[in-house]
Amino acid sequence: MRVMAQMAMVMNLDKCIGCHTCSVTCKQAWTNRTGVEYAWFNNVETRPGQGYPRRYEDQEAWRGGWTLNKRGRLALKGGGRVRKLLSIFSNPKLPLLEDYYEPWTYDYETLTSAPAQEHTPVARPKSAITGRDMKITWSANWDDNLGGSADHGERDVMLKGVEEKVKFEFEQTFMFYLPRICEHCLNPSCAASCPSGAIYKRSEDGIVLVDQDRCRGWRMCVSGCPYKKVYFNHRTGKAEKCTFCFPRIEVGMPTVCAETCVGRLRYIGLVLYDADRVLEAAATADEKDLYEAQRSVFLDPHDPAVAEAAQAAGIPRDWVLAAQRSPVYALINKYKVALPLHPEYRTMPMVWYIPPLSPVVDVVRESGFDAEDRGNLFAAIDALRIPVEYLAGFFSAGDPEPVRRVLQTLASMRSYMREINLGREADESIAAAAGMSGEQMYDMYRLLALAKYNERYVIPSAHAEQAHSLEELATQCSLEYEGGPGMGGSGAQAPPAVRDQRALRERQGASADSDAAPARVNLFAWDGRGRPQGMFPHRREPSAQEGSAHESSAHPGSAQGAGVGGAGVEGDGGAGGAR
Amino acid sequence: MSGNDSAVNVLLWVAVPYAAIAVFVVGHYWRYRFDKFGWTTRSSQVYERRLLRWGSPLFHFGILAVFFGHVVGLLVPESWTAALGVSEGMYHAVAFSVGTLAGLAAVAGVAILVYRRRTVGSVFSATTRNDKAMYVLLAVTLLLGLGTTLYGTLSGHPHDYRQTVSPWLRSVLLLRPHAGLILGAPLGFRLHVLAACALFAYWPFSRLVHVFSAPVGYLTRPYIVYRSRDPRLSSSRAARRGWEKAS
Ligand code: SF4
Ligand code: SF4
Repeated sequence: MRVMAQMAMVMNLDKCIGCHTCSVTCKQAWTNRTGVEYAWFNNVETRPGQGYPRRYEDQEAWRGGWTLNKRGRLALKGGGRVRKLLSIFSNPKLPLLEDYYEPWTYDYETLTSAPAQEHTPVARPKSAITGRDMKITWSANWDDNLGGSADHGERDVMLKGVEEKVKFEFEQTFMFYLPRICEHCLNPSCAASCPSGAIYKRSEDGIVLVDQDRCRGWRMCVSGCPYKKVYFNHRTGKAEKCTFCFPRIEVGMPTVCAETCVGRLRYIGLVLYDADRVLEAAATADEKDLYEAQRSVFLDPHDPAVAEAAQAAGIPRDWVLAAQRSPVYALINKYKVALPLHPEYRTMPMVWYIPPLSPVVDVVRESGFDAEDRGNLFAAIDALRIPVEYLAGFFSAGDPEPVRRVLQTLASMRSYMREINLGREADESIAAAAGMSGEQMYDMYRLLALAKYNERYVIPSAHAEQAHSLEELATQCSLEYEGGPGMGGSGAQAPPAVRDQRALRERQGASADSDAAPARVNLFAWDGRGRPQGMFPHRREPSAQEGSAHESSAHPGSAQGAGVGGAGVEGDGGAGGAR
Repeated sequence: MSGNDSAVNVLLWVAVPYAAIAVFVVGHYWRYRFDKFGWTTRSSQVYERRLLRWGSPLFHFGILAVFFGHVVGLLVPESWTAALGVSEGMYHAVAFSVGTLAGLAAVAGVAILVYRRRTVGSVFSATTRNDKAMYVLLAVTLLLGLGTTLYGTLSGHPHDYRQTVSPWLRSVLLLRPHAGLILGAPLGFRLHVLAACALFAYWPFSRLVHVFSAPVGYLTRPYIVYRSRDPRLSSSRAARRGWEKAS
């Protein structure tokens, strides 16, 4: 057993309202530069729909990911090393800009510089590539909300096999939103395809990154990734991809897409896995077994043997504790409601999804039946073969069983909670039928419906002894430690982004903390609730507010802050209004 | 032959090649040291594939064959091949046929690629002045070499460069430069050599540097690369090219 830690995400598709906030904030943070105008590290696609880039899931055409060769061994679908090198001068499977879309801007200047005239001047679209006038014919979400699907909806790759059953007539449609980022796979085919070895998986947290200094622009990663989540910067000539916002993750902050998600449907946490078993699992013969195979690679962080092996592998104690509290692990392996996206690509993806029950609920409700009733929902799940079969194409290599089971679990949760919400006796038989105890069902409901910031994002900070200077903390003064000469000195504090985020995090938990060191007063981050921290001496009475105990144990920095207090890199004590 | 060591000859056939070599070596060191981020093929395939699919492999495989032909032709002395029983006639026949084929492929490739640069709007707007200079130097060198070879052979007087250009180059590489050796070569070859010197001096400052990242290591390395968190990724360093800080 070789324990490794992986930072992973789960998205609850039922809650996605398709607002694209995640895409926009991600773009503002990472790809608002020339060369990557067309790149969306986070994109949200409406399904049924072609996705972005168009029809990226058609691996017979794009040949991304892994496959099993004749001897049953894992092999790159796009061809092995020799084949890659021989086709290096012209990558045969590279998506063109037109497969994504041609980015554009508008000549807004004409709005102000046009001479006085009878008609209102218009800003015409200009290609961001050639600078010429262009006609906009496609974009990253052109078929948003099924727009145009009567015309080209059947071009959705995942409709293969269920096409006669899916209707695009207005009355009979169903749809859901699929937000996608890089999967930070356990067995990333992008990295395996890179001739320069520039794409690497970080051994601490499993984040997959492109070394910009080593990338030579061979573009094999772009075609190698079956999710098409590596982008070629046509200006710099280098590959770029989702970074899982590693500078934020390193200091315990969630990714930008998760932080800004309007539906609050993203969960981030650690998963411990056995690195020795990844390839074996990825080579599982029947692709329908890949979901279970991948689940079996994950290790139970509560198992003392695992915790011990983790520590032996150099994984810090507070990371193991964080893995135990990980919402991602709970959704994947405890409640078993999260499923991987396209396990059949054999890359062992690490962004998992809770499939949407809402298409089913909608149908039941619209047909006038009680959409909270388990029997009705179960019947609909079985009757509406389309959603289940269609969803199975995404989340379980076409096997309807796991999707049906998850949808039934979610339906059970709905009816179980309705009894409670109506003040009736909880019906334990509902929970039992779903293979859960009532308490488990309630906990799952809490995690899916109510979980606060600290429960949705359980992110332990990176360790000082692992890396000496981290992106967001690089301005930290080395003299700043509890009571050290740097304390409270000018400039010796965590950068504003980190301070504000901590303040927000504290506020969400809303605990009146007690014995923290005298903190800086940050009146900007004070929202008028309670007393601004640090202005007055601390009151000593114990806090009565709910969540306080959880709060302090959930604070990602706390364990480590105690451990490496002297180094002061995490520097909780001096870090602004937090504590 | 008088005037072998005249100032002009020494300048052209001793100073210029050494200067080119020096710029080539130091330039690459400098570029690698300070501009790893700019070290790339800067492929334009995302804009256009139809022409590139023909032009690029034609050019690259052609130029690779040309390169290996030059290595043999320039570095292996005629006496060695003669000792192996290969007559000048035989050698020339093989070198001419294979070399011409490779040269034509490379020229055809460049022609397609230049045509593509000119006619496809997006590729054209992605073409820098640096690229244009590189294309000119590359095309001129290629055409001079191929043209002189073709002209010599087709006019019935093939020049045995292994008596002139090759010994001269070896004398330069062995640091015993002998300018006189190359003077017997036809004008076309001498211009080819000078153009090549210019190309080599320009090399480290162009996208041609990607030649030195030919990823042969890919054949032996494990598929998945693991790396520990890189402390150098910190923002305490000056922002690197292409990564401007937001504030
Ligand atoms: S999803 Fe991400 S990690 Fe997986 S192959 Fe694609 S780019 Fe690589
Ligand atoms: S911000 Fe959240 S709710 Fe909005 S599209 Fe993105 S994932 Fe969906």
